[in-house]
Amino acid sequence: METTTKVDLGNFRLETRAWLEENCPMSAREPVKRSSDMYWGGRNAKFTSKDQKIWFEKMLEKKWIVPYWEKKYGGGGLSPEENNILTQEMARLGCRKPLFSFGIAMLGPALLKFASEEQKLNYLPEIVEGKIWWCQGYSEPSAGSDLAGLQMKAEDKGDHYLINGSKVWTSYADNADWIFCLVRTNTDVPKHNGISFILIDMSTQGVSVRPIKLISGKSPFCETFFDNVKVPKSNLVGTLNDGWTIAKYLLTHERQMIGGVGGTEIKKEISKIAIDQLGLSSGQLNDSFLRTQIAKFEMDENIFELTIQRIVDEDKSGKQAAALSSFFKYYGTELNVKREELLIQIGGNDALLWVPNENNDANVARKFCRSKGNTIEGGTSEIQLNIIAKRVLNLPS
Amino acid sequence: MPLTLTEEQKMLKEAASEFLLTNSPIESFRELRDNNYQSYDPKVWEGFVEMGWTALTIPENYGGLDFGYTGLGQILEETGKTLTKSPLISSILLSATAIRLSDNETLKAKWLPELMSGKTLMSLALDEKSFFDPNSVESSASLSGDSFIINGKKRMVIDACDSDYLIVVASLDESISLFLVDSKSKGIDIKNDVFMDAGSYSSISFNNVKVPAKNQLDIEIEGKAILKSILDIGAIGLSCEMLGSVQAAFNQTMDYIKEREQFGTKIGSYQGLQHRAAHLFCEIELCKSITLKALQSIDDENENLSQYAHLAKAKLGEVLKLTSNEAIQMHGGIGVTDDVNIGFYLKRARVVQHLLGDTNYHLECIAKQKGY
Ligand SMILES: Cc1cc2nc3c(=O)[nH]c(=O)nc-3n(C[C@H](O)[C@H](O)[C@H](O)COP(=O)(O)OP(=O)(O)OC[C@H]3O[C@@H](n4cnc5c(N)ncnc54)[C@H](O)[C@@H]3O)c2cc1C
Repeated sequence: METTTKVDLGNFRLETRAWLEENCPMSAREPVKRSSDMYWGGRNAKFTSKDQKIWFEKMLEKKWIVPYWEKKYGGGGLSPEENNILTQEMARLGCRKPLFSFGIAMLGPALLKFASEEQKLNYLPEIVEGKIWWCQGYSEPSAGSDLAGLQMKAEDKGDHYLINGSKVWTSYADNADWIFCLVRTNTDVPKHNGISFILIDMSTQGVSVRPIKLISGKSPFCETFFDNVKVPKSNLVGTLNDGWTIAKYLLTHERQMIGGVGGTEIKKEISKIAIDQLGLSSGQLNDSFLRTQIAKFEMDENIFELTIQRIVDEDKSGKQAAALSSFFKYYGTELNVKREELLIQIGGNDALLWVPNENNDANVARKFCRSKGNTIEGGTSEIQLNIIAKRVLNLPS
Repeated sequence: MPLTLTEEQKMLKEAASEFLLTNSPIESFRELRDNNYQSYDPKVWEGFVEMGWTALTIPENYGGLDFGYTGLGQILEETGKTLTKSPLISSILLSATAIRLSDNETLKAKWLPELMSGKTLMSLALDEKSFFDPNSVESSASLSGDSFIINGKKRMVIDACDSDYLIVVASLDESISLFLVDSKSKGIDIKNDVFMDAGSYSSISFNNVKVPAKNQLDIEIEGKAILKSILDIGAIGLSCEMLGSVQAAFNQTMDYIKEREQFGTKIGSYQGLQHRAAHLFCEIELCKSITLKALQSIDDENENLSQYAHLAKAKLGEVLKLTSNEAIQMHGGIGVTDDVNIGFYLKRARVVQHLLGDTNYHLECIAKQKGY
C-alpha cells in the first residue's frame, strides 16, 4: 500500500515538474519586483503583461490556482502531500503566484471552517477564478494591536444589518470589490464576546475609501468609511457575536502567509548581490563587517526556510503550523527587514535614489521603506512575541 | 525526504530520554564532578552498549546496526539535556566514524566491532593550537621500514585519559594522513587537564613514536578527505548535543520563571522576560531544523553535507551561547550559584561551542564556500 502511494507521488512530481516547465512563462519565474508584477484579479481586472495572462489562465484551467481546495469550491482537490510537491516544484522554478489574493490565503480558510455550505459555494469559486478582489477590514483608528477594541457597529434592523464606522490601513481597499469585516454587534459584554464577522460588497451605497500615502511613496492602503451601509443578514459568517474566533483563525493563516509559508519565489542570495555590486579583493568582500553580517543573515535565512519545510512536513493536518503562525510571522518578517536593510547598505549611492532616472528604477529605497511595514502588518512583532509567550510557552499573565 | 524523524527514530529518541533520565539525570553529572572529575560512569556506558547506541552508525557487515547518524544524533541530543558524560563523542562519533571512513579493511574489521562493544576506547588527536585550525597540522609522520615514526604535539584531545588508542592526524609527504596509535606506545606522553565543563582534555606529545605501517587509515583515499568528513560529521554530532542543552536550559528556565514571584506576581508575567523567552523559542525552532537536515545529509550522502555541517555548528553555537546566558540571567542570584544546575549548561556550552570550531569559524567557512 505504502509503496504504491510513494510511486504515485513520485509520478505526480515528475508530471508536475514537466507541466510547469512547459507552461510557466519565463517572466513568471522571476521574483516580483514591482506591484504591477502581481495579478490580483477582481471586477476591474487588468493583466499588465501577456505572460501574466497566460500563466493565470493555464493555472486556472489546470485547477491549480488553489490546488488544495475541494473541487466543488473550484480547487484542484490535491492531497496535502500532492500540494506539498506542487509547492516544492513551483519553488524549484521560482514560479510566481498566478493570482495574489487575500481571498485565498486569508478569507478562504475562514470560510471553509466557519461558513455555511451555501456561502462556501457562493464565495469560494469566485475567489479561485479571480473574479472578486477581497480586502481585510480589521484595524480601526483606535483598534490596532488591541484589535478586539474595535467599534465599527452593525445594528440588527430586521432583514439587514446597518453598518456605521470606519476602518483604517485597509490594504487595496481602493481596488477591492468586497471586504471582510469585524464589526461590533454587542456592547454590553466583554470586548471579545461582542464581535461578528461579516462580508460587505464595497459597491454598496455608503462605502467610501480614501487612500493613505506610505513612506514608500505608494498608496496601497486606505481609510474605509461606512455610512449607514445596509448589509443583508445572509452575509454574516458563523455565529453572531462569535466573530473573534473566526478573526483569530484567519489571522493564523495571514501570519503564515506573511511569514513566507507556501512561498514559491526564489529570493536572490544577498551574498551574490554583494559580490556583483561590490566585487571581491583577494576572494573576499572588502568590508569585513558587512561580510560577517551577510554570513549571519544567510545562515538565518537558510535555516528559516528549512524550518518552514520541517514544520510543514511534520504537520499534515496544519494544526501545528497554525499554532506556530506567530513564529513564522515574527521571524520571517524580521528577516525580511534585515534583508532590505542589507540591500540598502550594499547598494551605496545607487540604493538611495528616490526619483527614477534612465538607469535606475529607484526600487531599492522604496522596497526598503515598504519592508518597514512587514513587522507591523498582520500584528506587530511585539504582539507575536506576546502570543508565543502566552499561548505557546504558557507564561503567566 | 521529509524533514522529520521516522517512527523508528522517534522511538529511539524516546528510549534514550527514558534511559538517561533514569540512569543518568543531571544530578549524576554533579556526582561525577564531585568525585574528583570522574570522566564517565562505566555502568551507564555499559547501558549505552546494551541499548545498541554504540552500534547505530556501524555498517551491518561489521556487526553494526546501520541505523544511521540521524539515530546517533537523537542520542547525543538527549545526552545534551542530562549532560551525561560518556565516551560516545570521542569513541563513536569521532573515532568510529574515522575508522568507518577508512579504506583499510583489516583495521575496520578488527576495530569497528571493538569500538561497538564499548570495551576499547579511542580519541581523535587533531588540534595543535589554542584555536581550531584543522588545515595546519605540524605533527608529522615519516615512513621507516614497515613503521611510521610520529613526532609532534596535540592538544584538546577529548577523553584521552581513558583511551586505549588514539587516531592521530599527522602530515605525511606534503599531505595529511591518519594513524591508529596505541596510547601506551613508547614516546607518548599524555597530560590530562580538567576543563570548565568538568571534562577531561589532554595534551599529548609524540616523540619518535613507532606505529606499524598497517595502522594507516587512508590507503588509496586521501587523508584530507577522510578528515574533512570526520569534522563535518563531528560538528553535526556536537550540534545535536548542543540542541539538547539549549532545550533543557530553556525549559528549566521557563519552569523557574513560572514559579518565582517578585512584586507579588510571577516573574514570567513580565513582558521584559516574555519577549526574550519567545525569541529564544523561535531560535530553538531554527536549531531543530538545521540539526535534523544536517543529520539526514550524512545519511543520504547529500552533496551539501559540508554546508549543512557549518550551518549547524554556527547556528547552535550562537543559540547555545544566547540561551545559556539568558538562562542564568533569568534565574537571578541563584543562577550564579553552584546549588542549582543551570550553571552546568553555561560551562558545558562554552567548551562545546569551541570544540571543532566556534560560530565565527564556521561562518567563515560558509562565506568561503559561497565565494565571498
Ligand atoms: C503595510 C500594512 C498593511 C496593513 N494592511 C491591513 C489591512 O489590510 N487590513 C487591516 O485591517 N489592517 C491592516 N494593517 C494594520 C495592522 O494590522 C496594524 O497596523 C497593526 O495591527 C498595529 O496596529 P497599530 O498600527 O494601531 O499600532 P499600535 O497598536 O498602536 O502599536 C504601536 C506600537 O506599540 C506596540 N504595542 C502595542 N500593544 C502592545 C503590547 N500589548 N505589548 C507590547 N507592545 C505593544 C506595537 O508593537 C507597536 O510597536 C496594515 C498595516 C500595515 C503596516
